Amino acid sequence: MSENSSSATTKISTYLMSIVLLVLGMSIVALILAVNFYPSDVSMALYLLVIGLIAMGLSVYILLQSRKRAASMKIEAPKVMTTVECRKCGIKNVREFQRGDFIFKDLEACQKCNDNMIITAIYKEVKEKEKTYGV
Amino acid sequence: MFTASQVLPNLFGGGGDSISQILSMLFYVVFIVFLFYGQRIQMYVMIREVEGSLFKLKYIKEEGRKITIETIKEIGKPQTDPSARVDRYLEYFTIAPQSMDPAGIVYKLDHILDVRDTRLKDEVKLMAPASDEVQVNNLENTLEAAMALNFIYKVVRHYYIQGKKTLSLYIIMQLQMILPLVMKEAEAYASALKAFADGQPIGDGAGPLVAAKLMHGYETRKVPKDCVVATVPIEGRTALIIKAEGPGGNVGKPGDAVQAVIEENEGKIANVIMIDAGLKLEGETVGEVAEGIGAAIGGPGVDQFKIEETVVKYQIQLNAVIVKEDIGDAVSPMRKEISDSADMVIERVKNVILERTKEGDKIIIVGVGNTIGIGQ
Repeated sequence: MSENSSSATTKISTYLMSIVLLVLGMSIVALILAVNFYPSDVSMALYLLVIGLIAMGLSVYILLQSRKRAASMKIEAPKVMTTVECRKCGIKNVREFQRGDFIFKDLEACQKCNDNMIITAIYKEVKEKEKTYGV
Repeated sequence: MFTASQVLPNLFGGGGDSISQILSMLFYVVFIVFLFYGQRIQMYVMIREVEGSLFKLKYIKEEGRKITIETIKEIGKPQTDPSARVDRYLEYFTIAPQSMDPAGIVYKLDHILDVRDTRLKDEVKLMAPASDEVQVNNLENTLEAAMALNFIYKVVRHYYIQGKKTLSLYIIMQLQMILPLVMKEAEAYASALKAFADGQPIGDGAGPLVAAKLMHGYETRKVPKDCVVATVPIEGRTALIIKAEGPGGNVGKPGDAVQAVIEENEGKIANVIMIDAGLKLEGETVGEVAEGIGAAIGGPGVDQFKIEETVVKYQIQLNAVIVKEDIGDAVSPMRKEISDSADMVIERVKNVILERTKEGDKIIIVGVGNTIGIGQ
């Protein structure tokens, strides 16, 4: 089931890729022809140059877009932190989340006062700030 | 008089060289094509856009399925490959009770939801025989998130194919218009899946987190269904704090719990304060705390109905404090802003207690939401 789906996804990207590569090749041919035409027929060279540049720009843009789309397909697991605290002496320690952690779980004894340390918070930090749109 | 050979060159580009005539002709062709086929071209652009999102949804759904199966294998140590059973689980459906005669529908729905819950839990136990109660709850939540992703993908695919088959602009247009919201929800579920698999607290756990902070260190006892209650003195009042039993992924049935605690106290409760995560509007800050009146509880409405019925019976005040967040925050690992807001909520709850009750009164504080990753 999963194999079928991944092959379907790659089939589309291969199809798109072949078209883009074809356009890219044609744009290179147009640019070469523009160079060949240059001294004899300036206007034709100019047209070919414009067509070649536009085609090249478009194909590069589509290539970059498809790469961006592939990157956005990944499910990124956010970094989750666990705060471990000693309620008696106030020692606080922040570490990465480990499976089995939960808020108010008793952990090993505190090195300073020998009281049990507990998990007081588990959270993820979101770095990017939300846009306010000036309203 | 002008002849056609004199007019045409002027019409297609002012009679210049052949290239400019070709370009002008091209312009007219494009103009005419857009005039007659503009809507169709627009539809193909929309179809392409929907197709892109559909591929992304398919990827997310498949990843969800993969994560679920891996987690079951890792935690549940099954003897056989659970893939087939997981695929069957993902297709489960629930039929809502008939509402032609709505009298008594809440209890019918309640029964159906109970049966569903028991059935799904039994399925998880069969899939993951080595898992304990907490892990069964977490796996059930993981499977529910995978189920939601599967459903979203299938519905979007249905309308996409239907739109393509009928070439109806309106079907495709409606789908394309709601797609950003659908994608946002799907991405939220994808994020939730990982959180559920690892047993991390999620944004929806804001209510249980506050309740856990209030009851931590006090003795708790179980109340129906899947909830715990602790008696805690606050500001000279006796607070009965209720939350779903953690740290497994569980929302419990706060409706039944509140009803049971009120009945135990023969209705002698001065105030019920409910704490929940509330959906924020765009422009509002995540973790913002707001106060209001009424039963702050989501879901199918059964618990809200039961709480409202009981407080009306005994004429008890019903207050609510919510922590604002969007749907993505509610089902993904808890953001720091939401975790930090718990202390602010406690302050607001204390204010409500001081302003709305007298010393010696009994009050109920309910932390509503999924208690995954939150003990007591």
